[in-house]
Amino acid sequence: MELTNENVLGKIISKFGEENIWDAFNPDGIMTITTNRESIHELIKYLRDDEELQISFLTTMCGIHFPGQGDKEMCMMYQLHSLRHNYRIRIKVFMPASDPVMPTMTDLYATANWMEREAFDFYGFIFTGHPNLTRILNIEEMEYHPMLKQYPLEDQTREDKINTYFGR
Amino acid sequence: MATENKKVELTDLEQFRLDNGLALTEEPQLTTLNLGPTHPATHGIFQNILQMDGEKIVDAVPTIGYIHRAFEKIAERRPFYQITPLTDRMNYCSSPINNMGYHMTVEKLLGITVPKRAQYIRVIMMELARISDHLICNSILGVDSGAFTGFLYVMQEREHIYDIYEEVCGARLTTNMGRIGGMERDLSPKALHLIDEFLKRFPKVWAEFEKMLTRNRIFIDRTTDVGAISAERALSYGFTGPNLRAAGVDYDVRVMNPYSSYEDFEFEIPVGSKGDTYDRFLVRNEEVWQSLKIIEQAYKNLPEGSYHADAPHYYLPPKQEVYRNMEALIYHFKIVMGEIDAPVGEVYHSVEGGNGELGFYLISDGGRTPYRLHFRRPCFIYYQAYTEMIKGGQLADAILTLSSLNVIAGELDA
Repeated sequence: MELTNENVLGKIISKFGEENIWDAFNPDGIMTITTNRESIHELIKYLRDDEELQISFLTTMCGIHFPGQGDKEMCMMYQLHSLRHNYRIRIKVFMPASDPVMPTMTDLYATANWMEREAFDFYGFIFTGHPNLTRILNIEEMEYHPMLKQYPLEDQTREDKINTYFGR
Repeated sequence: MATENKKVELTDLEQFRLDNGLALTEEPQLTTLNLGPTHPATHGIFQNILQMDGEKIVDAVPTIGYIHRAFEKIAERRPFYQITPLTDRMNYCSSPINNMGYHMTVEKLLGITVPKRAQYIRVIMMELARISDHLICNSILGVDSGAFTGFLYVMQEREHIYDIYEEVCGARLTTNMGRIGGMERDLSPKALHLIDEFLKRFPKVWAEFEKMLTRNRIFIDRTTDVGAISAERALSYGFTGPNLRAAGVDYDVRVMNPYSSYEDFEFEIPVGSKGDTYDRFLVRNEEVWQSLKIIEQAYKNLPEGSYHADAPHYYLPPKQEVYRNMEALIYHFKIVMGEIDAPVGEVYHSVEGGNGELGFYLISDGGRTPYRLHFRRPCFIYYQAYTEMIKGGQLADAILTLSSLNVIAGELDA
């Protein structure tokens, strides 16, 4: 079966229902759909294991922050690839900043381990069931998640950088 | 003095050990060994804390992030054209691929079509970068298994590749090559001459290097079945590029999703079978030959035409025009000051980097800088399999596995 956006979306919606899959659009040739936290693990498992789809390669995942968007403030993006059909799909999950909890994908893909640690490190996502959810690129003593939009590029609390050294 | 023999109760295991002349201690003697962060054999800043049982590695805990420079954060505060130098510093063994991958991503967002000539020049530069990347990896593998000569021999060829970069863009290592919309200048006659020279000289050098290692008994014994990974595990770990192809999966972005006119060229994708260090070495060797084939075709069929797209809003006008022409002056000012707004959009573009699928996920909210720019860095994704690959092996094999994976610290930490 040739995978197209229409038949993949049709299959997913018939399996998970309209109430769990919405906002399907195609920004750059890769179909993007939105789902909720309850369905995301099942959905990725279904895409991986379904005989016809075989969307079984996790290309990347990353967090995105949209400050001031209420229930859609934090976003987790998953991008999957079917190497058999050369078909890509992007899945987004939105959640409020007060409750950035996601199910882990480490049981489905070994590569999700460090990707989720990176999302935790930079955005503060909590992945329930992750075997070792610790910071990965930043120092462990760091008290905030630096990719959130409220933090400026330079750490304003640093005292070891004296302005005169930099001509300011 | 009379001694009283004390009856000792032995468990089955202890009896077994006593009968076989083994020590009666319950616990195996484990040693903790700190490999890195700065160790001459790791070729970069990685730390691995190894748990050793004698010579065997029982467990490993990698620590990364020693040269993390927050590129994704910096990119959110910079105009689009100022992000290219950041991409240089990811995989610094093949910076032109990173530069052009990024340019193509932005072009996809802006909807710019690049002329054929610029695409062919890009292909030539990207394949040169791939050669220089694989050349380093394979020759370092030789160094780590005790053959230093080949390394210095092919290193000279890398210098010649860097001479070509220098002629094309002015820099050698961190190239910042090309612009959004094409190349910053056409290939000069000298650059064409250098490429021609390289195409004539390099095959002999590479054949000689191959001859030294490919059928070398010592090298084969050192690398076969070392750091092997199955195709299923490699896919689950998100391997791409030569490391995945060595495990037997023929996934190559250049063929699956052709970009920059790769569909015009004839080349083959080498595939291994076992996914061990020797297979990775062979796959990279063969890829160098295929890259040479691509460069030859692109060089021979280099089309006439412009070397950049007609996109005055994003592509800097020639400097002499800026002094004479009002419009050029305005565009120059606006581009340099970063005052050009990009359209709203969301794109993902991937290129076949030196180590695998190098992806750029870009969200633009219509401002002057990206809203979010995420790099899919192949090194970061496959390095997590390292622990699994070296478990049960010996320390010297762990070093070989690390160099054959070609983990580049800059790309790992971004």
